[in-house]
Amino acid sequence: MSVLFILISASLMIAIGFLIAFIWSVKSGQYDDDYTPSVRMLFDDELVSNETTDITNKPTNTND
Amino acid sequence: MKVLEKSEVKTTCFHCGEDVVTDDIIVDDKHFCCSGCKTVYEIINKNELCQYYDITNSPGINQKAKIREGKFDFLDDEKIIDKLIHFKDETQQHVIFYLPQMHCSSCIWILEHLNKINKGIIKSQVNFIKKEVTVIYDFKITSLKKVAETLTLIGYEPHINLSDVNSNKIKKYDRTKIVKLGIAGFCFGNIMMLSFPEYFSLEKLEDPALKYWFNYLNLFLSLPVFFYSASEFFISGFKGLRQRFLNIDAPIALAVLITFSRSVYEIISSTGAGYLDSMSGIVFFMLIGRYFQNRTYQSISFDRDYTSYFPLGVSVFNDDGIEKQISVADLKVGDRIKIHNDEIIPADAILFMGKATIDYSFVTGESLPIDKSIGEIVYAGGKQTSGAIELEVVKEVSQSYLTQLWNNEAFQAKKEEVKVSFIHRISRYFTYALFTVALSSATYWYFHDTTKVWSALTAVLIVACPCALLLSATFTNGNMIRILNKYKLYVKNSAVIERMANIDTIVFDKTGTITEQRKSEIVYQGQDLTTEQSQLIRSLANQSNHPLSKSVVSHLPFNKTLLVKSYKEFKGFGTSALINGNSVKMGSSEFVLNQKSLQVNSGSRVYLSINDEFLGCFIVKNSYREGLEKIVSALGSQYELKIVSGDNASEATYLKTLFGEKTEMLFDQKPEDKLNYIKNLQDQHKKVLMIGDGLNDAGALMQSDVGIAISDDTNNFSPACDAVLSGKQFSLLNELINYCRKEKVIIYASFTLSIIYNFIGLFFAVQGNLQPVIAAILMPVSSISIVLLTTGMSALYELKLKKHKA
Repeated sequence: MSVLFILISASLMIAIGFLIAFIWSVKSGQYDDDYTPSVRMLFDDELVSNETTDITNKPTNTND
Repeated sequence: MKVLEKSEVKTTCFHCGEDVVTDDIIVDDKHFCCSGCKTVYEIINKNELCQYYDITNSPGINQKAKIREGKFDFLDDEKIIDKLIHFKDETQQHVIFYLPQMHCSSCIWILEHLNKINKGIIKSQVNFIKKEVTVIYDFKITSLKKVAETLTLIGYEPHINLSDVNSNKIKKYDRTKIVKLGIAGFCFGNIMMLSFPEYFSLEKLEDPALKYWFNYLNLFLSLPVFFYSASEFFISGFKGLRQRFLNIDAPIALAVLITFSRSVYEIISSTGAGYLDSMSGIVFFMLIGRYFQNRTYQSISFDRDYTSYFPLGVSVFNDDGIEKQISVADLKVGDRIKIHNDEIIPADAILFMGKATIDYSFVTGESLPIDKSIGEIVYAGGKQTSGAIELEVVKEVSQSYLTQLWNNEAFQAKKEEVKVSFIHRISRYFTYALFTVALSSATYWYFHDTTKVWSALTAVLIVACPCALLLSATFTNGNMIRILNKYKLYVKNSAVIERMANIDTIVFDKTGTITEQRKSEIVYQGQDLTTEQSQLIRSLANQSNHPLSKSVVSHLPFNKTLLVKSYKEFKGFGTSALINGNSVKMGSSEFVLNQKSLQVNSGSRVYLSINDEFLGCFIVKNSYREGLEKIVSALGSQYELKIVSGDNASEATYLKTLFGEKTEMLFDQKPEDKLNYIKNLQDQHKKVLMIGDGLNDAGALMQSDVGIAISDDTNNFSPACDAVLSGKQFSLLNELINYCRKEKVIIYASFTLSIIYNFIGLFFAVQGNLQPVIAAILMPVSSISIVLLTTGMSALYELKLKKHKA
């Protein structure tokens, strides 16, 4: 039976890990806008012409 | 679809999709309706952002209205910059702009590629629902003003008004609600899983140590639910009790508390498994309901005051006579300011220079612009419509005639939302009934089997908590708010629906509410005018700046300019002149015909005579909203209708024929008069629905039980109110009110259903043997069936709305 204790504890730990991940995602603002990302993901990353370098992917601090 | 149909016969603008009238604005084989649209296209093309036009057809914003150069000069002011930006370090500044023009995926795309147009912009991110763009820029390369100008350049002029700098501008999105919901859901699921052995009595087969292990794990998991997720029920219930008011949260908090204590007792004393699964489940469902109900339309603000209407910057002359942009908030008495065409006057001031024709339709309800001559006082809130003028400020912004309205107590007192709701009333009866059942079953067991007293008492309170009532209410309201949104009635919160269902009197404003804004009809009555006659009249009318003369000018076709001699203007009467040897007169009937007008049906009349021969008259009428007649007759049979207008009584006769003789109509009402009129009605125990549009209705909208602001463009300013209705949906008003009346029906129906479940639960509870498994089955089944019932019924009633729409 002791294996059950370990398994249940382990499964609960993993579940709590996901809960923490969820709380973090809410606090970092990922649920603030539930519409725009759904549109944004459909855009092509590359612009039609590549004469100028694309700086959209430059890492910036968006958490304010 | 419309655009497609049209394009078969007509060319449409490649940029904005409007019909092309002139053929000569062509670039790269693409037609444009105006040079503004062409310019925007060229900028977008130059920066290789033409994908903008691939995502959506003609996504652009029409550029016919030109934006004055230097409009954003005030954004160079350090003080204003500090107030507008919300993050700053050595290189970057972050700013959020509100862009009401945002309407499609292309908008999102181009606004997120701003760095292509302005190299100083590091990143821009759109929140489409709120119509906001967050711009991160390097302030060493560019500036706030240049960012605003970049946006304006591609057609997205940011809306910046006085309210943006007046404290707490960034409303933090309430994230704790989602966290609470997430934790409750997580704990509910896990507790349910760990309780399965208990449900199926598996523990008989298992190690007793395992049972303890499960029970204590459940207890551990229920702690965050009890102390964190359910905390709002305790807080609200306690607050209510302190004010000697039993709201719906109090019995719910009591039920949660009893369930939790009994479960803790059972687990610690090893007498049972408790009801922690039911407790966390019900908290979870109730939180979902509340979340669903409070998800209202985010891009509409319901608490706007005059500061959202006033501009942020204004041109001021300093001592040396040099024009400088400062913040309106810093405006002092004695400052000389310059107001450009189409700008709003921010403070009461005296006209110093220039020709002032001020449109007060939004502020006072007067439908026609008013001429002011030098030395006259000009009130804040009016919109200058005839070129630039200079003014001297005589009162501070917050002290002006208009803004004083906001000092009225109606704006201080929040509408009592909690106490009036019938849900609290039902929950009170429910609670009393519940205590009676609980106490009588306890008394019964006291005489028969004393061991069962406590278990029966607590079981009754656990099983029959009024959470089903809360669920019915929150889900019904949430559904209704969503459906009303679909019909462009944006309500502030769920309490509005209930108040709307109770109204018995409807008060209309006139200008902009039942009439269409900035639109007037002009009709000519009398003998036909020859070309020569119409030229004479046009030439005379052209001399005067009076709004009625202007309407006449715009109505008559232009041929040639005639020489006007001995022109005279009689204020309030009319004008006369000698043109080509003809004496031409136009104005009131007293002036032209020397007699009082006998029959005035509607509108302002301009009488004409040439060489003392009466020709006829122009009638300038307000243009009423489509379907007004139908809606008035529909509403008139159910409600008392009234009209309170800030305009003059020129339309009274026509309105009488429309609304009936008995309808009370008041004209020339000041904003305070409107407010007091509503107050009077309420003192007679009337439940008043006020429908208005302008700032002058703000007080009345606030005072009324339900204030609906009509808005032809929901992006525009609308005063503080309970709901915003799109002008296009005005004819649906009656059906929308009727729909709100169904709220009670739906809540009662689903509550009845939940009572049935309660009886089943009580049947076991009073016997003192409520098995956790029964509680665990009843709780989700009743919750889910309530959700299904409310959703189904609100969709069913929506069918009626659909019929009227079609």
